Amino acid sequence: MAELIYSGLTKQFDGAARPALDGIDARIESGEFVALLGPSGCGKTTLLRLTAGFEEPTHGEIRMGATQVAGPGRFVPPEDRGVGIVFQSYALWPHMTVAGNVSYPLEVRGLPRAERARRVDEALALTGLTEFADRAPAQLSGGQRQRVALARCLVAEPRAVLLDEPLANLDLALRASMQDNFTAFHRRTGATMLYVTHDQGEALALATRVAVMEGGRIRQFAAPEVLYSEPVDCFVAGFVGDGAVVSARAAGPLGPGGLEVETMGLRLTARGRAALPTHLCIRPEDVRLTDEGGLRARVRGCTYQGGRFRVALDTGGEDLVAFSRTRLNVGAQVGLRIDRPWAFREPGMPALAVQETAHV
Amino acid sequence: MSLSDATYSSSRSEGRLLSWLLLPVALIALGPVVRLLLEGVGFGSGLTGAHLAEVLSADSTHRALLHSLVTAAGGTLLSVLIGGSFAFLVALTNVRARGALVFCLMVPMMIPPQITALAWMQVTGPSSVLLKMLGLAPPLGSPQPLHSAGGIILLLGIQHASIVFLTLRAGLRQIPADLVEAARMSGARGLRVWAQIVMPLTLPALGAGAAMAFVTALGNFGIPAMLGIPARYSTLPTLIYQRLVGFGPSVLSEVAVLALLIGTVAIAGVLLARWLLARKSYGLVGLSGQPLSISLGRARLPIEIALWTFIAAILALPLMALLFTSLIPAYGVPLTWANMTLEAWTEALLRQPMTRRAYVNSLGLALGASAILMAVCLPLAWLIARRPSRATRAIDALVDLPYALPGVVLSIACILAFLDLPFTDLTLYGTIWIILLAYLARFLVVMLRPVQASVGQLDPSMEEAASAAGARLGRRLRTIVLPLAAPAAAAGAILVFLTAVNELTVSALLWASGTETLGVVIFNLEDSGETVMASALAMSIVLLIVCLMAGVQLLARRLPKGVVPWQS
Repeated sequence: MAELIYSGLTKQFDGAARPALDGIDARIESGEFVALLGPSGCGKTTLLRLTAGFEEPTHGEIRMGATQVAGPGRFVPPEDRGVGIVFQSYALWPHMTVAGNVSYPLEVRGLPRAERARRVDEALALTGLTEFADRAPAQLSGGQRQRVALARCLVAEPRAVLLDEPLANLDLALRASMQDNFTAFHRRTGATMLYVTHDQGEALALATRVAVMEGGRIRQFAAPEVLYSEPVDCFVAGFVGDGAVVSARAAGPLGPGGLEVETMGLRLTARGRAALPTHLCIRPEDVRLTDEGGLRARVRGCTYQGGRFRVALDTGGEDLVAFSRTRLNVGAQVGLRIDRPWAFREPGMPALAVQETAHV
Repeated sequence: MSLSDATYSSSRSEGRLLSWLLLPVALIALGPVVRLLLEGVGFGSGLTGAHLAEVLSADSTHRALLHSLVTAAGGTLLSVLIGGSFAFLVALTNVRARGALVFCLMVPMMIPPQITALAWMQVTGPSSVLLKMLGLAPPLGSPQPLHSAGGIILLLGIQHASIVFLTLRAGLRQIPADLVEAARMSGARGLRVWAQIVMPLTLPALGAGAAMAFVTALGNFGIPAMLGIPARYSTLPTLIYQRLVGFGPSVLSEVAVLALLIGTVAIAGVLLARWLLARKSYGLVGLSGQPLSISLGRARLPIEIALWTFIAAILALPLMALLFTSLIPAYGVPLTWANMTLEAWTEALLRQPMTRRAYVNSLGLALGASAILMAVCLPLAWLIARRPSRATRAIDALVDLPYALPGVVLSIACILAFLDLPFTDLTLYGTIWIILLAYLARFLVVMLRPVQASVGQLDPSMEEAASAAGARLGRRLRTIVLPLAAPAAAAGAILVFLTAVNELTVSALLWASGTETLGVVIFNLEDSGETVMASALAMSIVLLIVCLMAGVQLLARRLPKGVVPWQS
């Protein structure tokens, strides 16, 4: 197992207007389970393919542990990188049996037959596929194929395991059980895992750290709970988790517990680390429906989510989201209080002083 | 891409090594054609503008060109009628046993044209065994009615009907059923739907099919040679043949002009077909989930009977006549139970050294060409699909040329290119190698397209997974790409084999004593009056071809769409 280090990694495809990756700097520790999360076209798959060696970077370098695998004047091809990859399409070879698929990486390495058989049996047992060893991939269900792909990738004891939207082709119930499989698997093997997905539920549930990507850059690289409670910019705040992003400005000095901000015509205390924040990220948990609150809002929609209702609110200018135990009628007026939301400064936005009355 | 030139990994250099494959492919497939073009602009042996003008202004050239155009146009018209009717009936309506119908309609195209001509000549004329048995034979001395422009047109039309059929059916398949349903909802029915909705939408496909049938008919050598030469009715291919056989390589620059002339007409036809097919692609956006199937109602049975009667007339009748002729003891004798003999069969297949040699030559050439092309086309298709460059795109666009050009044109091109090998005193002219090289050039595309379709369908991640597993390019090609593309390669190999065994046009100009092919021997046997033996030999080839076609048919289920020409 090895750590993955990216520095200044840029990929410009021929004929593309913008680079697919734009100066990525990141470090993935050995044994970490990292998810790359972002909308389609954000560069997450390109980063994975560069890590595997299927593409060459335009600038910058990639290191695996002590070895540079891509950089100025050096490119180690995929077959020499010792990484395993699980594709969205599984990419099982249809002309080989399950056992044949799994043993291929060992055959390529020229391992003796007995050793090969032992390790294939081991990998099949680990993924619960022993009884399917002689089946053709076409005879397996989606979940089983997924497990064959995983077994094939692990049998060679790779330095890192790359997963490209591995659950995208499975139905919801199977996804949940495969997620448990991946977590258990990561615990057992301690492999460095890089997991590409556009599904934030998957990313937040599986990964020890998540890199949120957009426009070829990493916007934030942090633990799931940090992404949720302390997003660094509007994109991350809006992309990860439910809630609202509203503009705000500082109304007091930054202290250890946060600062006073002004938003939607009222003052409240927010958490934060920026002295001059421009926005608030208000999660549904931060909004309390109460008649004593200083803010009035109209109910725009109310959907049942099992155990609670998700309420879309209109404060006359900003839209908020709250949870409610009871159903509210659309059009009803409610009072609400906002409790310690997260204040941050959107990079590149001017922050205004507090005394001015004009809106930002 | 500043750093990519620096240190290259082994796998990239393997890929680069593979790119060198493009060079021999380009040399063999395109070299001769380029050489012929150079001849046209005056390069090499003494072709001057005066020569060009002389040949182009000769009466014989004008007559042959006119004859070529007349027979090709007439044949095309007939092909459109036959192929078009079959396509509309098979693709649009609920006639039964479509697979068998299509297979039978395809057989005439796969049978060598000189065998078609020979077989039809056994149906008509004073010596027809079939007519004699029925007591319908015209009196001895009356002319063979097929030895005429009309006969050539009839046979060209039948031979190439399947080209129109296949193109048109492909076009018809793209018409979404809901277009016809919408017309019916608007109150249109039957012929009105066909004339106002289906027909206009398929006109480009029909035009393209007609253009392709025209080009193929233009290049056809076997039929005008068998039917035209006895009647002194020359087309451009037979004129080239007669000149070259009569005067040898000394008239090479003269026939090169003729070859360029027919090549130009053919290329114009190919370009027209491509343009028409390209036009077709716009406008037909719809859900094509449901193919069209118009119920024929009570007319179904009569139509089915008509279709099968027609198949019997164009396929069973001539083949039966051919079979009967092959069983008589001597030409001109009627066939009876008493005199039926396999004498000609044993003579042709077992005793005659020339026919046995021809079998060995033809099968050897066909096997050799399929094996070499299979070995070349797999890496070539992979290069075109996975490492596209200007060179691969050029090859991809131009490999059609040696196949689309009439066979005589390619033969002349090959003679020009290989008559004097550069830097040596050697010549390939008169050896079997020149035929092999010509076959490789001509049939490259027959092999390449199915393999390309198959490699194109392969999920690139199959190879990437192997790459991540540690397999280098050579191993990936061998263990992943080859097994997955193998069915298509096998089908391609059988198609090359079929076409090469059928082939007369190329070898008619390239053969020498000892390197005869089957096509040449049938032609020569008939030419020297050995009709019975020619029939026996021809019949044995037809059996071989039908078996091979059935073999491809059995493979068909495992192949990507479009690999088997008579399926889609």
